This record gives sequence, C-alpha cells and structure tokens, in this order.
Amino acid sequence: MSGGSGGGGGPSLMDSLFQRTLDDLIKGIRIHVPGAAQSTFISKSLDEIRREIKSTDLQTKSTALQKLTYLHSLHGIDMSWAAFHAVELTSSPSFIHKKTGYLAASLSFRPSTDVLLLLTNQLRKDLSSTNQHEVSLALECLSVICTPDFARDLTPDIFTLLASSKNFIRKKSIACLLMVFSQYPDAVRVCFKRLVENLEGTDNAQTLAATVGVFCELASKEPRSYLPLAPEFYRILVDSRNNWVLIKVLKIFAKLAKLEPRLAKKVVEPICDHMKRSEAKSLVFECVRTIVSSFYEYEFAVKLAVAKIREFLLDSDLNLKYLGLQGLLLVAPNHSWAVLENKEVVIKSLSDVDRNIKLEALRLVMSMVSDDNVVEICRVLIGYALKSDPEFCNEILRSMLLTCSRNVYEIIIDFDWYASLLGEMARIPHCQNGEEIEYQLIDIGMRVKDVRPELVRVGRDLLIDPALLGNPFIHRILSAAAWVSGEYVWFSRNPFEIMEALLQPRTNLLPPSIRAVYIHSAFKVLSFCLHSFLLPNKTANSLSKFADMEPDFIYSESEGEFPETSGLRPHQEFNPRDLSEKNADNATISSSSLKNDTFTRESVVNMLTLILTSLSPLAGSHDVEIEERVRNLFGLAQLAQEEICCHDDRKEMMVDRDDLKTSIIIRLINDALSEDFGPVSLSAQERVPVPDGLVLEENLSKLDIICADVQLPKSKSFSLVRPSLLQMDGDFVSSRQNEEESETSAAESTSLLSEHRKRHGLFYLPSDNNQNASTGFQPANDPNQKDNDVEDLVKLTEESLVLKRKSNLARPRPVVVKLDEGGRLPITVKKTQSTDDLISGAVRDVLLGNEASSQSNQSGKPSSRRRGKALSKVDQGSESNNNMENFEIGNSSKRRSKHRIHGKDKKHPSPGNDVEGRDENGEVNKQKSGSRHGRHKARQRADGGINVVVQKPVIPDFLL
Amino acid sequence: MIRAVIVMNDQGKPRLVKFYEHQPVEKQQEIIRSIYGVLCSRAENVSNFVQADSTFGPDTRLVYKTFATLYFIVIFDDSENELAILDLMQVFVETLDKCFSNVCELDIVFNFNKVHTILDEIILGGQVIEMSSSEVVKAVDGISWLEKNPNSIIRVPKSISGWQGR
Repeated sequence: MSGGSGGGGGPSLMDSLFQRTLDDLIKGIRIHVPGAAQSTFISKSLDEIRREIKSTDLQTKSTALQKLTYLHSLHGIDMSWAAFHAVELTSSPSFIHKKTGYLAASLSFRPSTDVLLLLTNQLRKDLSSTNQHEVSLALECLSVICTPDFARDLTPDIFTLLASSKNFIRKKSIACLLMVFSQYPDAVRVCFKRLVENLEGTDNAQTLAATVGVFCELASKEPRSYLPLAPEFYRILVDSRNNWVLIKVLKIFAKLAKLEPRLAKKVVEPICDHMKRSEAKSLVFECVRTIVSSFYEYEFAVKLAVAKIREFLLDSDLNLKYLGLQGLLLVAPNHSWAVLENKEVVIKSLSDVDRNIKLEALRLVMSMVSDDNVVEICRVLIGYALKSDPEFCNEILRSMLLTCSRNVYEIIIDFDWYASLLGEMARIPHCQNGEEIEYQLIDIGMRVKDVRPELVRVGRDLLIDPALLGNPFIHRILSAAAWVSGEYVWFSRNPFEIMEALLQPRTNLLPPSIRAVYIHSAFKVLSFCLHSFLLPNKTANSLSKFADMEPDFIYSESEGEFPETSGLRPHQEFNPRDLSEKNADNATISSSSLKNDTFTRESVVNMLTLILTSLSPLAGSHDVEIEERVRNLFGLAQLAQEEICCHDDRKEMMVDRDDLKTSIIIRLINDALSEDFGPVSLSAQERVPVPDGLVLEENLSKLDIICADVQLPKSKSFSLVRPSLLQMDGDFVSSRQNEEESETSAAESTSLLSEHRKRHGLFYLPSDNNQNASTGFQPANDPNQKDNDVEDLVKLTEESLVLKRKSNLARPRPVVVKLDEGGRLPITVKKTQSTDDLISGAVRDVLLGNEASSQSNQSGKPSSRRRGKALSKVDQGSESNNNMENFEIGNSSKRRSKHRIHGKDKKHPSPGNDVEGRDENGEVNKQKSGSRHGRHKARQRADGGINVVVQKPVIPDFLL
Repeated sequence: MIRAVIVMNDQGKPRLVKFYEHQPVEKQQEIIRSIYGVLCSRAENVSNFVQADSTFGPDTRLVYKTFATLYFIVIFDDSENELAILDLMQVFVETLDKCFSNVCELDIVFNFNKVHTILDEIILGGQVIEMSSSEVVKAVDGISWLEKNPNSIIRVPKSISGWQGR
C-alpha cells in the first residue's frame, strides 16, 4: 500500500492505513452466512468504501473502487454514484489504477450515466497511447459503453488503429468497430474501406477472424449491401484453413445466396469440400446448416449433408445428436425423404433422457404431420404424453393443438374425431392447456356445423364426470363444454342429464366466471326443454316438412320404449347424429321435435324443482355474474313452475299451452337463442360504418376522473374471444368466494351431493368404460395401444410418409367457416428506421458510390479528428451530388430519405422491389466506373441500355 | 455475437458476469437466477444447449459446460456456431488453468480482476478476438507486469497532476 504519501485529510489517512483489500472483502463475505449477516457485512463494507473512495490517495481510491466493482458485478450493488471516481482513475498515470477505472466503467456505466462525456478525452488519449495494453483497455471499455457521442468523437482514432502495425491492436479495433457502427452509422463512411483492406490484405488469422466476424454481424442485419464483397469472401472460403473464419464466411454466404442465386453454383463445391475434408465438427455442422438452409436445390450437396447429419444423429455425444436433429428439421420442409431415412432415430429420441432432444424430435414428428396421418400420429403422441413427465406432456399437447389448428384446422378432415381428441386431452392428468382446448372446442363448434352433435357428446361426457371438477387446470375446458352443451342442446341425447350435470353440487369448486357460464347454459337447456314441452305443435309442423323432404327418415326413438316414470334417465336409443347428418342446417327444429314423448309434464316439473332447489343458495351470491344469471334462470323456472303445476289436474289443457305466459316468453327466448353464433371476422369492426356524430378519436382522459373510485370487477365474464386475464388471478379470487359460498350452502350441498352420488354412482368410480360407450369413435388413447408406440409410429411413418393418399375417406370433409383467409392476425408491418438501414446505406455508398471521392481524401493523413470530420463531410457532399445525378430531381435530394427507401425494399422483398434495388445499384455502378475497386463491379455491357442495367449483377463476372 | 459470459458455481452464486450489451444490474441478477433455475434442473450427461429466447430475444442460445463445481455459460445469437462456442469455452478454461496453474473455484473467487483481464483478451465487444490460449497468456502476463510496475508509464500529463491537487 502506498497510502501515506498522498493522503489528504485525517480520515483518508486512517482509511489508507487500515483499508480492507478486495481479498479481505471477499473473505469477509465468505465467512458470513448468506442472508442477514452477509448483507449487514456488505452494507458495512459499502460505508467504508464510500469514505475511502473520496480519498485523494489514488491507491486507496483504486482499492475502494475495486471492491465496489466486485460488489456491483457479483452482488448487484448499485454503484452509479461512483461513476465520477471511475472516470478519475482512468486518467491515473499508474496502469493498475487506470485498469481499475476502466473495468469499473465498462461494468457499470450505462448510456444515461451523466459523467460519460468526461471520459471522451481520456479515451482518445489512451487510444493513441504507445502502450498497446492501454489502447486495449480503452477499446474494451468503448466496445461496451459506446454511445453515439463517443462513436462520433472517436471514429477518427479508431480509423487510425485499423491500420495499426500491431495485430494485437488491429483485431481489437476491428471488433470494437461493430459497436461504433451501430451507434454512429456515419462512421461507416470513414472506416469501411480500412475494414475491407483488413479482409483483403491481412495475413494474421485472428485479425481476419475479427474482420469476417464484423462482416458476419453486419450481413446478418442487411445482407444486400455486402454482395459486392462476395469475391473476397469466396477467396477466403477457398483459401482459409481457420475454422473460425470459415464458419463466419459460411454464415455470410448463407445470407448472400438468398439474394443472388448465381452465387450458389460457385460456392456449393467448396462448401462440400470442407464438409468432406474437415475434422472439426463445428465447421462440418456449419457446412450442413448452410447447405440445407440456403442451397437445398443442389441434390448432391444435400445428400452429403444428410449423410453428415446421420453421423451426428448416431454419435454418442448428445450435443451432436441434438444438432443433428436440428439439421434434420431444417431439411424437412424441402426434402422429406431425409426425415424418412432417419425416422427410427427420431422416434426413439422422443423418449430420450435429454429434454432438448425430446423437443427437437417432437418438432420433427410434428413436421411430418399431414391430413393423411394426423389421426395416427396424434394417437401415438397421446400415448407418449401419458407416459411423459408433466412438462413434456404439455409440450406434446401444445404442439398437437397448434399443429391441428393451423390454418383453420387445415389438416383435420374428421372433425368428430378431433372433438373427441380434445375431450381425451382434457382427461390427461397433467394437462395444462385448458385455455387452448377451451378455445378450440368453441371455435370448431362455431366454424363446423357438422361437428356439433359430437361436441355435445364430448361436452356431456366431461360435464357429467364429477371428478373433473376437482382439477383447476381443466376448469376452462369445462367452461367450454358447458357452453357447447347449452348452445347446441338440441343435439343432446338427454337434456335433463345435462341440466343435472350443470347443477351438480361440485360445481361450487369452479371459479365464479365459469360457474356463470354453467348457469347460463342451464338457462338455455331449460328454455329448450320448456319449448319442446309447451310448444310441441310448432316443432311438429316443421318436422312434417322434413318428413316430406326425406321420406326414409326414421326416428330411432320411436322404436325404443320410453319409461314414463323416470324422466331423467338417459335414452341411449336416440341418436341425434344420424339426424343432423341428414339435415344439418335444420337439425335444430327437427331434432327437438323428436322428443315429444321425452318432455312429459313430470320430467319437466322434476327439472324445475331441481333448478329451484340447487340454485336457491346462489341467489344471494356476491359475484355479479352469478347472481344475475341465477336470477334469470330462477325467474323463468318459477314462472314455469307456477303455471305448469297449477294446470296439474287438467290434462286437456294442452291445447291452451300456447296461451300460457310461459309459452309466450319461451317463444321469445327461444327465438333469441336460436340465433347462431358464428365466428367473427377480425376486420369486422372496421367494416362497421361510424355513425354520424360519433367521434372515435376523442380523448378519454376525463374517464379516469369519472371512474376514479369505480373498481374494476375482478371476475371476468365469459366471452368468445380468448380472455386476456391471467387465469391465476381468477382462480385465486374465485377460490375465496367459493369458500364463502360453500359455507352458506354447506347443508344443501351435502344432501344434494349424496343424492347426485346415488343417481350417478357409476361416475364416481374410476371412469374408464362408461365413456364413449355409444359412439363408433376410437378413443384417442386406447390403453391397449400404449406399449407398442414406437413400432406403431415407425410403421405409420412408413405408410403415410410415402405420400400416397388414402382414397377410402369415410366422409367428405365438412364445411369449415373461414373468414379473413383463415382468420390469421392481420400483419401490421411496423416500419422502423433502424440504424441497420443507415449502416447498410452508408456501406452501399462506400462500396458503390463514393469510392472516387473518399479515395482522394484518404490519400492524406487522416489521423487528426478534424480531418476525419472533414472527410465525412466531403463524403456527404459528393454523395448527394451523386444522388442528384442518379435520380430525377426531387426524388431524393437528402441522403436519409434514400436510405429509407432501401429499408423499405428490404422489408418487403418482392420481385419488383428487387429489380428496383438492383437498378439503383446498377446506376450507381455506372457512375463510378473509374474507381479503384473496379473488380468489385459488374462489367458494363456494350449495349448497356436501362434494361440491361437492371439485369446487371453486382457480383463480378468471374464469380458467375 | 456473444451476448454474455457468466461463470457461476453449482449453488447459483455468480463468479464472473460479463454482458456485452447493456443490462441493468437488477436484470442481470434476475437473468442469473433464471439461468441457474434452468441449469440445475438439467440432468448430468445431457446436451449442453438451452434455448434462451425468453430472456435474450429470438434465436439466442445458451451453451453451458460444467467444470468441477462451476458452470461456464455463454449466451449468443445465430451468428455464432454452437460447437465453436464450446471450443471457445475450452480455450477460456485452458487459459485459466495456465494462468492459475490447476485452476479451481477459489482462484476465480479471489482473482476477480484477473479473470476479467483474461476474458477481455478472448472476447471484445461480443466478438471473439483470440482463440489461442498461449497468446492470451502472453498478453495477460504483459498486463500483470505492468500492474506490478506502477512506474512503467513515465508519461504523467500536467493536467492530471494538477487535477489531483498534489
């Protein structure tokens, strides 16, 4: 410690003598157990540091700053207050103090640090230091904390360093350049040529690697500007033996090849050579990735790449296996045979220990799905989902849901199967995709009319199982099931059964929002039943119409004997599906009329009693949604009960049913409810004309004042769009409310529960065999199938991936209502004028437009800052002159506006724009035919009219 | 480019944290915690890659490697090659090994500054600038010599001495 000599005041002398070093601090932290003791120690040390750092002795100050930097970096302690001290230390003559200062700056400074500008002079001084380590300290710091100001002021210094004779400095200044460019695109005009020179002339591998690395970064953002450099990159690709350099060059070519197809022919062979010859897996993999993602038309190259992928897949190193799968995923879209060849590995990988590998394999399997094999693949995957850990299980379900619903259920032909698949997913124990399943159940219900009967069946199976109510993850699915059962109740085999399921005691486990859906669905069911009971004539009339139209129409129910006494028993005989298939559109009316006998007075009265008993505890619910819906249902039920019961003894009153108050109301309600919900176009709102006098843009700031003391309701109402609220919140609130409710209705619940248990006893047992009893659909997860999944899938891929279509489709695909060309979200292209555009614009100017002018400037010694500025100014001037010549006057007199045009071209790559962009380049090319880098340009053809110029490539001919 | 290099031990305690694009320190701590959460849930002998899209944006990946009690973590985007980054980590560890002769966690704990010096010789501004560990060792030795010889830089500008009030 050299403390004493420079000590100014009393405390700093003490501090310097007894100062803790960084090692002491670290030891101290390690002694104290993490938690309170440690944080006390840290805050005590911080107090010390605050005192020590003010010392005039640089050693004391430096040690304090070291400790602070350590605490900041590894313990997250704020050190913004010490920024000035860091700046002060960077100017110390002692290297170690300087280093401490720079380290603190680069780890803690942010663009908003107020003393940042104080550092500019010191950085400049150190950048021009004769000591290479001082230069590299400054470069390192600049590369992290660079701001537009720094970049602008220090560009000339970096420019000088780019031509340094020391490779050590040169590679660092090149790496630093990237940050400078991104902060201050105009720096490109100054430094770009030297960067290119480093590409051409360097013999040092690391300098070349740094240069190529910078180009790789630049090209990844906007590749078009770097097409003229293709010959240089090609030379490096052929000559270089440095894997790191080659990898970066390959990445550049992968980008360039998409813009210039003729490049591919030239570079494919060298890439294949590297792939065959190289020992380094990293290079081989990069070659594979480049080939399969950018050069997939070249059959021989792809074959070689797939062979390499196979080596990777069979390697014992899991990293290689993982990358191999990723490579395969890249090949899959263009060459499905590659996946087919490796299918065993892929399918075995589904049960790999490594989650990464499982996920990649799952993605690959999903990429194989088509409308031919979706049923089988889903069946096998459900089997895997049941076996997997919860996380992967949900991953499988999610990707199944995503794939099946893609492009409005493009690959689904048998929607009845899909509906039952959704039902199966709901029953998988770990299923946490409730929201998506909920959405899809309702979505296919609205879009596909033919699937509704099956949906109602699936919904009924879910609703009626009391065990499912205990699982909060599938409450959302139950909500969809309830909605479907209410909305399409006329397809129900037995509405009474649904009503019971909707009102079962365990529904008090549901969150209020979903319970409200249950009650509203119960309302729909009741109004349907009352309608069928009270107004059978209406329906009979319409029925006769159908009977005429379809003479062979037979009621399955008429054969079955209906026991009058038990109105609540399900009738298996009645199968509304046959019916709906025959006249899907009018199924509403006809099917309801079928059950003339079902709706006996007794059964309806029983139902009304059930409603009134089970809902009475809810009438005073604190949840607005529940309360309102309960009261609606209650009102209707009470009205109906009064009227139907008082006509008890007069059986002949049937004639008068039409005149009952209930009938009138029911007719109205039914009319309202029979309106079909359809999917809503995303642009529907825009099509509604704005009424006169309505100002939509009006500022609603006053709304806050009005609503200041109105609390938003916590629970959300059911809606057909995806709810945006977090389910978690809803659950939490609801569970509390449920507790309250369950207290009040505890007595009723228990009695109702026992009654329910008595009646539906079989559903309380492990529910395996009673589901799906009456349908011809194979359940998605048949327990017998689980064990031979792998063989199944292997077999299946053999069958289905050969792409022969199965011709024996049982039924044609039903109509799926689509809007907006598939209801995809409208793509809002947000146009941002990014620095990338500015950089690429500048690069293009340097490469194509301004070589002559910048060259003349460069001949001087541009080491001073003023010179650098002048240089860029001249560049700008000459550039705008060029523009004036190139474009019609007024087209783009400002440089920036031209760049913006470039940016647009890039964002919307269309053939037209492409030509336009090239046209521009071509013309610029023509402008500077005398410049030094002549070989970078297209050779002018003799008959070079405008049209020829348009076709003119930016790549020199020798490459093509 | 490389977005960050992190070294932490198997308890989740960070030993080296270097971000190449600015992140507030609270965010850094959060990222470290979430990375640790992911890493400690991974079994041994599985692949070394983790998708990092959620924290660092699209197409970013995380490669980690375990050496004794330490996780070495590099986060990078799609302009880097996964396997090359694994090689790079090998170079970094080799260099540490040469500089501390048989490196262990304690060396990294107590040599905060030197570890940063080493890293800065390998990566600058998110770009790899040196892949040869002997070159790095050479540079680091040069820096250490400078650090131990405070008077090696003779040049003391007047303005600075005046500013310090000596």
